[in-house]
Formats: sequence, structure tokens, C-alpha cells
Amino acid sequence: MNDFLTRSAEYLPLLLNGLWLTVAVTVLSLVLATALGLLWALLRTSGVPWLSGPTRVFVELVRGIPILVVLFYIYFVMPELGVDLTAFQAGVIGLALTYSCYIGETFRAGIEAVDKGQIEAAKSIGMKRPMMMRRIVLPQAFKIVMPPYANNSVMLLKDSSQVSVISVAELTMQGKMLASSTFDNMTVFTLVALLYLCLTIPLNLGMGRIEKMLRRSR
Amino acid sequence: MISFNNVHKAYGDHEVLKGINAEVGKGQVVCLIGPSGSGKSTLLRCVNGLEEYQKGDILIDNDRVNAEAKSIHALRTRVSMVFQRFNLFPHMTALENVMEGPVHVLKESKADARKHAEELLTRVGLSEKMDFYPSALSGGQQQRVAIARALAMKPEAILFDEPTSALDPEMVGEVLQVMRSLAEEHMTMIVVTHEIQFAREVADSVLFLDGGKIVEQGQAREVLTNPQHERTQDFLRRVTHPV
Repeated sequence: MNDFLTRSAEYLPLLLNGLWLTVAVTVLSLVLATALGLLWALLRTSGVPWLSGPTRVFVELVRGIPILVVLFYIYFVMPELGVDLTAFQAGVIGLALTYSCYIGETFRAGIEAVDKGQIEAAKSIGMKRPMMMRRIVLPQAFKIVMPPYANNSVMLLKDSSQVSVISVAELTMQGKMLASSTFDNMTVFTLVALLYLCLTIPLNLGMGRIEKMLRRSR
Repeated sequence: MISFNNVHKAYGDHEVLKGINAEVGKGQVVCLIGPSGSGKSTLLRCVNGLEEYQKGDILIDNDRVNAEAKSIHALRTRVSMVFQRFNLFPHMTALENVMEGPVHVLKESKADARKHAEELLTRVGLSEKMDFYPSALSGGQQQRVAIARALAMKPEAILFDEPTSALDPEMVGEVLQVMRSLAEEHMTMIVVTHEIQFAREVADSVLFLDGGKIVEQGQAREVLTNPQHERTQDFLRRVTHPV
């Protein structure tokens, strides 16, 4: 045990560097994925065929591709098309794109779950669609989607480890490098797992808190 | 002020309105009665464009109701609606529900809208409940908030779609009372209802619908106490003596 602690102290600074990068990738991707997801959901529920149709195709395509392939595509193929991206940028874009489709589907389900009577009531006081979405539908939809959205966020955090394949030196990548140079797999990966838990457990608790607050507010 | 000229509506092959002709004068209360599936709610919902109709015209002071046209939004601010299931906005207090339309659609100042909303909620007997969320209100209270919300738009007419059907029996009276007071102030109202007693006492005229057609129409007291048509007689017998 003592041994574990001394070695941990030795490894921790490197792993913490990775941890910060994991947080940065996750936060940026989540913000981007949420904004895009909302956009997809609004387009899909717009009732305008030339908006909802292509969105649907796009979402289905991206959802059908493994996240690793998306990351490879953005990092290795885009430069051939003249778009040069750093590994970090490619990682964030790839994660955000993939998760925007998951989150978008969640939001769409939430929007569709809002009682039709609410839409009729909003219409009956003369609201046009944008105002109706903003003032009546979305506030109620957000409450409905909070649990699956929280779940998506935690999944995104964990999937941020995937960007290690395009050499973003986040937590998993740091762990792998450290393990292969020290051969101390046990200590390193235990620490890596613990550090992920240090992020996921508070995130889960925080989301649960928000959920409870939302439920009480109505 | 609201006229129906040969209004037809069908869902695919299924015709639900087969040529409705009727007239609702300013300040009149008209009750639509009839068995379920007769088309009375559909007809009401065509008036503010929540449903489309395919043939004929519905005119509100000579403006044709067209659910597809841009004009429908402005038209809806002139004709409010009260729903069977209240449809209050659950994320807003009673007061906010009533202020929502005036502030955001009519662009009234918040202060004016609040003052008016408070007056209206007081009027429907809910001065103590203004800051309550709908989930904390009884069905009867929610429906009275919904009526206040409809009134807040300063409408030319109000449509009621079975306003008491979802209520527990002991709460029906308080809602009908509010509607009765509106009628006394000559608010133009079209009411889809099964409350025959209310129709008889409050309505100016009654339309009896069956199978998408108006079977009988006329003065409320006349139609309801002395129905001419066999189907009207049969229907009234059933709703007034259910056993």
C-alpha cells in the first residue's frame, strides 16, 4: 500500500495533465454537442420537409458510424480535403458531432413528449412557432430530457478517452504512455480509473441535483 | 360576428362536417350540443384554426379563417379558447399564465398586464392563488385561471370546448358561474357542452349536431324544452335521464 502511494505521487502530475485535457475536451464537446443537438431537434420537429428530411438523414448517418471512425475521418481525411486540424480540435469536433446526434434525438423525443394541449394553448393566444418553442415547449421539454441528457453527458465524458487514438494526450493517453514506460500497469490504470470516477461521480450527483430542483419547481 | 357558410371537413374519406350553416351574433351565447363524434368540437376548433376545413367559409367579422394563412395568428388573438383539459402552462404561476399572452403576444407593458391579470384572477375568485403553480390548483381553479387567461387577450369572442367535462362534479358549478357572469356582460361565446341546464338558462341559441350536420337549431329554451327532431329528443332524454 505504501508502495502504491509513493508511486502514485510520482505518476500523478503527469496524469493530472491528462485529466485537465480530458476536462477541456469534454466541456468543449458537450457545449458544442448541446447547441448542435438543439439545432438538429428544432430542425427535425420544424414540420418543414426540406429541413427535417436532410437533418434526419445526417443524424442517422452519424449515429451509424463508430466514434473512432468519425475521429479518424476528421483527423486524417479532412487534411486531404484541405482542412488542417490539430488533434485536439479534431477530437472536440468528432466528439461534438457524434454526441450532437445522440443529444439531438433526446431533445427531439423531449419536444415531442410535451403535451399537445400545450401547443394548442400557445397557439390559441396567438403565439407564432418560434415564440411557442421558446416560451412554452422548450422549458417543458428540458425538464423531460434532463435525465437522458445527464446520462449522455457522462457517456461523453467517458468517450472522451477515445480521442487518445488520434494522439490527444488526455487522461487515458497519459496513462497508456506512463504504463508502457514504467510497466506498472496496476498502479497506473488504477489511478486512471479513480481519476475518471472523480469526474463522473460528481457529474452524476450534480445532474441528479438539477433534476430534483427542476421537479420541485413545478 | 361569426358565421359559418356551408363548412365541410373530412379526415381522408371520413366526413366530419357536412355543410354547417350558422350565425353567431355579437354578444350572443351559442351552445353546441350533440352526441360524441357529432363534430361539435371539430367545428369549434375550426373557428380559431386549430383544425382546417376544406370547403365553405368561417368568417369572423368578414375575415375568413384560414389555418394555413399568416393571418391566423392575429385572428387567434381576437378569439380566445378555453379547453376541456385547461392546458395551463405548468412552468408558470397562475398570474404568469394570464400575463403570458398580453406581454409576449400583444406586447403590453408588464405593469399593465400584471394589473389586468390581477383584476381578472380576482374576478374569477382566485385572488389568493395568483402565485400558485397549476399543479397546486384544483381542476375548477385551473379552469378559472384558463378563463382569465382567455379574457386577458381582450377577445371579441371566447370558444369553450367542453369546459366542465374534465372536472369533478363539485367543481362544475364554480366554472359555470364564471361563464354565466361573462354571458351577462354580453361576451360573445360559443360553448360545446353537455350541461343542458346551463345551455337552457344561459344560451341565446342552441345548435344540435349529429353526424356532422346541424339537426336542429333555434332559441335555447325552445330547442331544449320542446325539441322538434326525433334525434334531438332522443339525445336530450339520454343526457337528462341517463338511467
